[in-house]
Amino acid sequence: MTLEAGICPNGHVSYPTHPRCPDCGQEQEETTDLSEERAEVVTWTKSTATPPGVREPNTMAIVEFDISHLDLEDTFVRALGQVTTEDVETGDVVEPVYVEELRDPDVGLKSANPESQDWDGYRWDPV
Amino acid sequence: MGVAVIGASMTKFGQRDAWLQELLSQAGEECLDDAGVSPNEVEHLYVSNMASGEFEGQTGVMNLLAHDLGVLPAYSERVDQTSSSGGAGIYEAWQSVASGASEMTLLVGGEKMTHKTTGQATDIIASITHPAEYKHGITLPSFAGLTARHYLERFDAPRESLARVAVKNHKNGVDNPNAQFQKEITTEKALESPIIADPLRLYDFCPITDGSAAMMFTTEERAKELTDEYAVVSGIGGATDTHVVHERDDPTIMRGVVESSDEAYEMAGIGPDDLDVAELHDMFTILEFLQLEGIGVADQGTAWELAMDGTTQKDGDLPINTSGGLKSKGHPLGASGVAQGVEIYEQLVGEAGPRQVEAETALACNVGGFGNCVITTIMEAGK
Repeated sequence: MTLEAGICPNGHVSYPTHPRCPDCGQEQEETTDLSEERAEVVTWTKSTATPPGVREPNTMAIVEFDISHLDLEDTFVRALGQVTTEDVETGDVVEPVYVEELRDPDVGLKSANPESQDWDGYRWDPV
Repeated sequence: MGVAVIGASMTKFGQRDAWLQELLSQAGEECLDDAGVSPNEVEHLYVSNMASGEFEGQTGVMNLLAHDLGVLPAYSERVDQTSSSGGAGIYEAWQSVASGASEMTLLVGGEKMTHKTTGQATDIIASITHPAEYKHGITLPSFAGLTARHYLERFDAPRESLARVAVKNHKNGVDNPNAQFQKEITTEKALESPIIADPLRLYDFCPITDGSAAMMFTTEERAKELTDEYAVVSGIGGATDTHVVHERDDPTIMRGVVESSDEAYEMAGIGPDDLDVAELHDMFTILEFLQLEGIGVADQGTAWELAMDGTTQKDGDLPINTSGGLKSKGHPLGASGVAQGVEIYEQLVGEAGPRQVEAETALACNVGGFGNCVITTIMEAGK
């Protein structure tokens, strides 16, 4: 499994990928896999009022991957994800951990068409 | 062509027995009466609504309302821009008159939500997010929690400043007979309420609401013939930010607010110092700070000071959310942006009753999603 960020010819990087670069409108022709990289917590929240099919509480964080070693225009890329624990702080270093089902696709508004999107992905595990 | 607002109305916001059809027609009829316009004069009808299909199983609501109000054969259209559907409706209505396509345009916004459980309503609203966010169980309140923590930590703002926004807007709502809550709260109560999305608590969030609001637009020329009391849409702008919230360069800058207000100021030929009163989209307390900074009233990271020093209170230098805001008035998604317009119209024509402040120039900022779409409207008293 991969955690793919898109790269455009001008070196702009985004997660998730988009057909066109959100910064300059060029096609994102390359990708980079972030699933083996470490990231730092920018901010986090613990949600105690979650919708049907979502774990409660649901701790989530926006994390920042340092990609300066790729020598592109962008030096970092951010991603949102669930955290493996409720014990997290801003600045913590995390590793992506693969999870087959982040929420129950058979419950809630999209349960009529669960095949319309992916339900697997990565949680952030503080190192 | 100058565009004027000559009438406005809103239903009681709150938990209502009425379904969307009845809410829309109630606001629509009252607006026709308030403007003194007969249904057959209406040339365009816009209905701002985010999710009647998802909430109620009813679609095609513009046809439902056009027929019920007897405005046939007017051009009719439903406007969906999530939480900023109402502001987008103002934009569409303004365009219809400014372009010469319509001489009399009725805008009605409405949403019926409270029959769903909180979880179901939260899920319908969360479905506006990108699939890569939705699968993690993101909700709009969670975005607010993520952003509020970053703001408080980065700018060293006191947690109490967010509670002050809730206290202020609840206090303003006491004087609004159509508000969902007409009840004051204390800072202590806000700070001790249950955590919803850490660090934000129950009183940092607007409620789930049923309701409808309406405005009547015509040319400035026609407005002068019809009435002595009218307001002019002197500036308006709309902008879109990234759909994926974490992709923004700075989590505390709402680019849609910045861009749309720049556009509106430029059209009106004024700046933030010229504002007398404003309605901001306080779906979450933190959003009042981000919008005060986005519309240029405060520098980045400093809007919390205005909540602490009383600047934004009703008797302060720049009263914010005299209506009670979404916080106490309630937030029936498609109606909210229209209700903001109703409030600034009433302030400008002197019909705000106990909420009245002295105002010649007013701004409304309506935010869709978590800043995904924003409409900023500036209105001035007609001369």
